[in-house]
Amino acid sequence: MRRIEDYGLSQKEYQHILETLAREPNDVEIAMISVMWSEHCSYKHSKSSLRRLPTKGPRVIQGPGENAGVVDIGDGLAVVFKMESHNHPSAVEPFHGAATGVGGIVRDVLAMGARPIALLDSLRFGDLSEPRVKYLFSGVVSGISFYGNCIGVPTIAGEIYFHPCYTQNPLVNVMCVGLAEQRHLKFSKAVKSGASLLLVGSLTGRDGIGGASFASETLSEESESKRPCVQIADPFMEKLLIEACVEAANLDTVLTIQDLGAAGLTSACSEIAAKVNKGVRIDLSRVSVREKGMSPVEILLSESQERMLLVVERGEEERVESIFKKWGLRAARIGEVTDDGFFTALYDGKIVAQIPAALLTQAPLVELDPTPVLLSPSCVELPMPRNLEEVFLELLASPNICSKRYVFEQYDHMVGIDTVVRPGHDAAVLRIKGTSKALAMTADCNPFYCSVDPYVGAQIAVCEAARNLIVVGAEPLALTDCLNFGDPDKPQVAYQFEMTINGMRDAATALNIPVVSGNVSFYNETEASRVHPTPIVGMVGLIEDASRICSASFKNPGDVIVLLGPMSDDQRLCEYTRLIHKIEHVLPPKIDLELEKRVQRCCLNAIKDGLLNSAHDLSEGGLAVGLAECCIFGGIGAVCELWNDSRADFLLFGEGQSRILVSLVEENLERLIQLAKNENVPIAVLGRVTGDRLVVKLNGRKLIDQPVRKIKEVYESSLQRLVNQ
Amino acid sequence: MRCAVVVFPGSNCDRDAFHVLKNVFGLDCHYVFHGDTFPPNEFDLIVLPGGFSFGDYLRAGAIARFSPVMESVREAANRGKFVLGICNGFQILTESKLLPGALLRNKNLKFVCKDVHIKVVNNATPFTCLLERGQVLRMPIAHGEGRYFVSKDELKEDQIVFQYCDERGNVTEDSNPNGSFLNIAGMTNERGNVLGLMPHPERCCEEILGNTDGRKIFESLITYFVRRQEHEAN
Repeated sequence: MRRIEDYGLSQKEYQHILETLAREPNDVEIAMISVMWSEHCSYKHSKSSLRRLPTKGPRVIQGPGENAGVVDIGDGLAVVFKMESHNHPSAVEPFHGAATGVGGIVRDVLAMGARPIALLDSLRFGDLSEPRVKYLFSGVVSGISFYGNCIGVPTIAGEIYFHPCYTQNPLVNVMCVGLAEQRHLKFSKAVKSGASLLLVGSLTGRDGIGGASFASETLSEESESKRPCVQIADPFMEKLLIEACVEAANLDTVLTIQDLGAAGLTSACSEIAAKVNKGVRIDLSRVSVREKGMSPVEILLSESQERMLLVVERGEEERVESIFKKWGLRAARIGEVTDDGFFTALYDGKIVAQIPAALLTQAPLVELDPTPVLLSPSCVELPMPRNLEEVFLELLASPNICSKRYVFEQYDHMVGIDTVVRPGHDAAVLRIKGTSKALAMTADCNPFYCSVDPYVGAQIAVCEAARNLIVVGAEPLALTDCLNFGDPDKPQVAYQFEMTINGMRDAATALNIPVVSGNVSFYNETEASRVHPTPIVGMVGLIEDASRICSASFKNPGDVIVLLGPMSDDQRLCEYTRLIHKIEHVLPPKIDLELEKRVQRCCLNAIKDGLLNSAHDLSEGGLAVGLAECCIFGGIGAVCELWNDSRADFLLFGEGQSRILVSLVEENLERLIQLAKNENVPIAVLGRVTGDRLVVKLNGRKLIDQPVRKIKEVYESSLQRLVNQ
Repeated sequence: MRCAVVVFPGSNCDRDAFHVLKNVFGLDCHYVFHGDTFPPNEFDLIVLPGGFSFGDYLRAGAIARFSPVMESVREAANRGKFVLGICNGFQILTESKLLPGALLRNKNLKFVCKDVHIKVVNNATPFTCLLERGQVLRMPIAHGEGRYFVSKDELKEDQIVFQYCDERGNVTEDSNPNGSFLNIAGMTNERGNVLGLMPHPERCCEEILGNTDGRKIFESLITYFVRRQEHEAN
């Protein structure tokens, strides 16, 4: 027998196994336990911290614990969503790593009985000037494009940041949003003993065995040799699974659906059983395999993609099987739910594994040992650049700010014909056919803030995501997260993680936005580098009246441009300090959650009252970049005059939070001022929408004067230029 | 007008086409599964929708042409019924030889999804009878294999229905999103009752989506159909 350490288990964990079983586990059992107790499957380092997040709300139908979160949107409908990482696979095999990442999260949403309706991607890469980064970037984008386009789910939003800390550790986080009729939702609580287990979809092969364990280690020189751990993507099979599962979910006799992801059958079966204190008995000889001679362990741990497990009322299997047959898919009855609480696997008529299902799903938790990291200075003296207009153009071309058109034009973002607000804006919006409603969605996280102050960075990630929904006129419903960190056994990483959870908790609580699902990805580090704490926040909002959708683009000449929120010269960390002054280690902008809440409420009310013609969240690049984006999106110019004694550079480019740039017809201005006054929100008139140039003056002096055509060219061509350089 | 939307296993614009025909234009619309067949007079319009018919890992539409339903589509086309192939549907029509030419990988080898402009070259078809020659429409494309190619001896000029162009209607290299021969975006058969086009008219038929240029193609068809019926009745 292999040594315990070879299975990645500690002595303490092995003792726990011996005590529970009152015997030595056999080779099959220990392999199953070892994979299920990997960080990737067990969340053993994060579970207790995650419990601090707020998860309840009047609209929450299902919080964390199932395949995806579920939120009530009225009309008997529910929105289902979750985000997940596929970082390690993408680091060694970017195309299939990213593609299977899309596939996995789609099946999570499908498992709830929902039809997937949208995808969002949050990506992180190193510096694009490096050839390997270009390879990873192109591979990941093509992988997402290949998979998402084929399955016919529009990829409608996302975000990308570049920083050397991601050179060896790219991040690929994918969020899927689904729509379901509430009466067809599937939950694990419906599972009952005697019900049949149907394995559907692809054949089970030797691919991806040990993928979960691979994802629970830091990357090293040897990672390249783990390429076979990465699964191969077959989006056409996934498309068939989607259609068949959506159809099957309409049947009440389908009790629950579970996707096969990390740890394959082992994970899917034990999850189904353990959640309702039941057992399962499966016959591995009945699993359709891709090649001869697969051992029981290989069948149990295969991570072959595009497979699902359905729990079906006994005697009703044929009806379900006929649906899969219609779509050309296999459905094999591999076993049943039992009362005994055991995961029993047979092969050739013999029992090859028999252990309590709950032992598999409840790994002993590991306590974090956080050590506080010294905080950076709040600000430093920086020289004033000679030409702010040049700085402005440089910022517009920064890969962290510029348009991601080069990427999102490779994704079908319109299939389904619901996309009302397309990618590239604060949030994407999908109308819901047959209703007056629409859904807004976004994913956000500024990792630079999080790197310096994970607590504040996490708060800002939540607030910015909410603000991005508000500006299109949506009420935030709930959020999902994907928390990307280094090795949790390292005290600094543990500290970053704990502070991140606290930041998310405080912001989500203040804004009343429950966390309904999420994913943690640790070990995103190599010997040389570790990723910044990167807690991506995915958020979905509801627009009750789809005729009141707002967007960032300036619309009409003569409209007044107004800033909701403080006219700040926040002299803290921002893209400007990073790009121009190469300063990264100063504190991020301050965030006042109460002010944030009031600004958001004021803006949303103004949109609902039909006062605004445009609204745009100010984020990276500050006021100047915000103004430029409104002009670029609208294809129209603006003239703004600021009167202020603060530093011009930080007035233009500082990233003070809780600020929204809006435009409106002058007749509505009084009412907007009144709304702001009621909410105690600072408000300032900046100028007007006009002409075909963006002009910004400070105290009467022209700082920026550029044709919109030119800034559009800079903003939209930069990424492609960097990729092709 | 009785319409069919053909569903291949990997079609993913089938429900979009169905929604537009049924809910936007109020037409009598039915799905037909790829393994099924139908009598040639059953439908007045048959739509082959966008998507990835059979995964299309090797060549788009190469397997779909062997589907039983395609025999019915061919017979209906021979009877003069309207056949509209959009995107993957266009690819299937060329693979099935219902239209000349072939659709190759985009010139830059990348999938492309964006709005383009197309110019009406031939308005003497059922699909364009309400449009002016030279009229410019804005329409979304979303494809990885849209570079139309046809040999010169196979091509009859009047079969070109739409060409990619700029906003003002100039047919330029810059406005060609995929490297298509002669900027061809849409082709019809000699008889004029079968149209294949890479842009997606069904994606721009509703105000809320910000563009209704696609309506003109469906409205043309409906008008043509009604006129023909009136003509036949007389």
